[in-house]
Amino acid sequence: MTQVTIPDEAPSARVGWLPLTIGVLSVVVAGAISITAGAAGLDPMSVVKAILDTLPGISIDSGLTDVESSIVFEIRLPRIVLGAIVGAILAVAGGSYQGVFRNALADPYLLGVAAGSGLGATIALSVSGDSALIAPFAFVGGMVAVGITFALGRSVGSRSATSLILAGVAVSAFATAIQTYLLQRDSDTLREVYAWILGRLVTVGWGEVLELIPYALIATSVMFGSRRLLDVLSIGDEEAGALGVDVNRVRGLVVVAATLATAAAVSVSGLIGFVGIIVPHTIRLLFGWSYRVIIPLSILFGASFLMLADVVARTAVAPAELPIGVVTAFFGAPFFLLVLRTMRGPA
Amino acid sequence: MRRSSLLLTALLTLAACGTTGGGDAPTISTVVETTTETSEVVVTTTLDPVTTTTTGASAGFPVTVEADNGPVTIPASPEAIVSLSATATEMLFAIGAGDQVVAVDDQSNFPEQAPTTDLSGFTPNVEAILSHEPDLVVIGYDPGDLVAALTAANVPVLNYSQALTIEDTYRQIEALGSATGHADDAIVVNEQIETDLSKTVDDAPELPDGTNYYHELDNTFYTATSSTFIGQIYAMFGLANIADPADEDGAAFGYPQLSGEFIVSADPDLIFLANTLYGESAETVADRPGWDALTAVQEGNVVELDSDIASRWGPRIVDFAEYVADALVALVNEAG
Repeated sequence: MTQVTIPDEAPSARVGWLPLTIGVLSVVVAGAISITAGAAGLDPMSVVKAILDTLPGISIDSGLTDVESSIVFEIRLPRIVLGAIVGAILAVAGGSYQGVFRNALADPYLLGVAAGSGLGATIALSVSGDSALIAPFAFVGGMVAVGITFALGRSVGSRSATSLILAGVAVSAFATAIQTYLLQRDSDTLREVYAWILGRLVTVGWGEVLELIPYALIATSVMFGSRRLLDVLSIGDEEAGALGVDVNRVRGLVVVAATLATAAAVSVSGLIGFVGIIVPHTIRLLFGWSYRVIIPLSILFGASFLMLADVVARTAVAPAELPIGVVTAFFGAPFFLLVLRTMRGPA
Repeated sequence: MRRSSLLLTALLTLAACGTTGGGDAPTISTVVETTTETSEVVVTTTLDPVTTTTTGASAGFPVTVEADNGPVTIPASPEAIVSLSATATEMLFAIGAGDQVVAVDDQSNFPEQAPTTDLSGFTPNVEAILSHEPDLVVIGYDPGDLVAALTAANVPVLNYSQALTIEDTYRQIEALGSATGHADDAIVVNEQIETDLSKTVDDAPELPDGTNYYHELDNTFYTATSSTFIGQIYAMFGLANIADPADEDGAAFGYPQLSGEFIVSADPDLIFLANTLYGESAETVADRPGWDALTAVQEGNVVELDSDIASRWGPRIVDFAEYVADALVALVNEAG
């Protein structure tokens, strides 16, 4: 449990220009690296020219062939954009969860999104064998799992955050058990489900990006709009209630928004772990503990972190692929430990 | 994360069990050459059992045969064989040992007369296997203790995991022949496979230099390189595999996951889909973002394979080779 008490007038309560600039720069730099790197070995300058060429009022001959430009615009670019959106969603949802539950380890996966989506994806593959159904099934699975978690958490009687998280653990274990059973019954689907669990940005196109954008916009707006209330919640339920905040309403709203966005992200990208924990905590340690700092910066750094992780996934063993979930965990966890050790922030 | 690492272990085990094959395989080509003169028997690739009867099926026992789990002694001609490997099932029926097979696993769907049960080769249950009172069990995968458990029950077990080369196929068929009292039939079958394969390859059209292909295992672009069993069959036709640079060190056991943009930039002349059972087709491939520009898509050279034939290393590799040969005919005809 992390009790964070930041008075309103504390200097770190607002996100400063410097962190914001660094955040925006990180997105730009990560985007630039992403678009010029890839297994196809395209000339980076030609790719930059081709991108500039699409801007209104600019016409440059990029020298890319038709196949090469379809690699850039149909394969590489949607994957980068999706990576950025998914990274932003996972990071901001993780940060919001940590706020509403006042738990440093909370993120949407904890309430059953991951296990529920995994079960949904497995059902889609083992019942129909049609991988086009993975995304809708994973989305429904994630939402149903969280719904059950809420119902269970409330039926226990107390509305405390702890009972909800315990319910999430139980629902996750149950969903995972069913998933494992289905995989054992139908080993044919093992590889596909496994590929999805480790995160699959491999095959995405603009279709997935367009599916995700509405959820991303709505949910991120809700979380962004609640950043001040999250700071109030951080002083404790009763205290926040005394200050006139409807604690349960805020918590419900933020959790629904974060869960919805995460389920949508996970359904197209697979289970990419650690982003929701690492990114908000790194921001906390580097830039401050106020949610008015954490929420906006999580959006920016989440996007750039996942874009860079995907560069590694796409190029480290090119022309083969590394699963992105492996990359986020492999680089994210040690980096997080490093930050934790060097900063030794309040815990 | 624990679940993921469990699955990882399972997958690695599956992949790794492919590497335990190899070993000191007898030089099958020599065996086949010596029997070439006697190849009167007609063995079709549709796997009708060979029509010869081996003299004295009970003779020659006990016999010791080599399997991936070491030398295994079979005391008497087996009359109740359980096969938990779809490939082994096809091999057993091809060499005329089908009558001795009492139960096969849920994946063994060929030939039609195979006694399919709900036994699982992937998550085998020892008691369920023993309930068929087998005197020989053939498996393709040991999740850990299956061989030990069956051996403890005094049932001989032969583990023949995925072939790494075509020689492994011949070696496994020959060993199954010895183990079941059909040694001569197995030699005939092997010889027929070899004859049919070389005829199929010889009859295939000449290819332009550098004609290349992509063999798709699933729609996250897992594929097989030339170092795999399946890749070697393509190589017989002189086809180049776009995936070879993706696993030069063999770290992925010949089954790397390719980057989508690499596949598109490699622009293969032929795309072979081994995942048609899972909803993929020439249409779904053409619908993928960026793939409509590919030569293979535009010229209609996306080949839909039978997923079973393209993943088993038994006698039906001849059928697989014919698929490839047909695709090459289509390819050359368009170009010409």
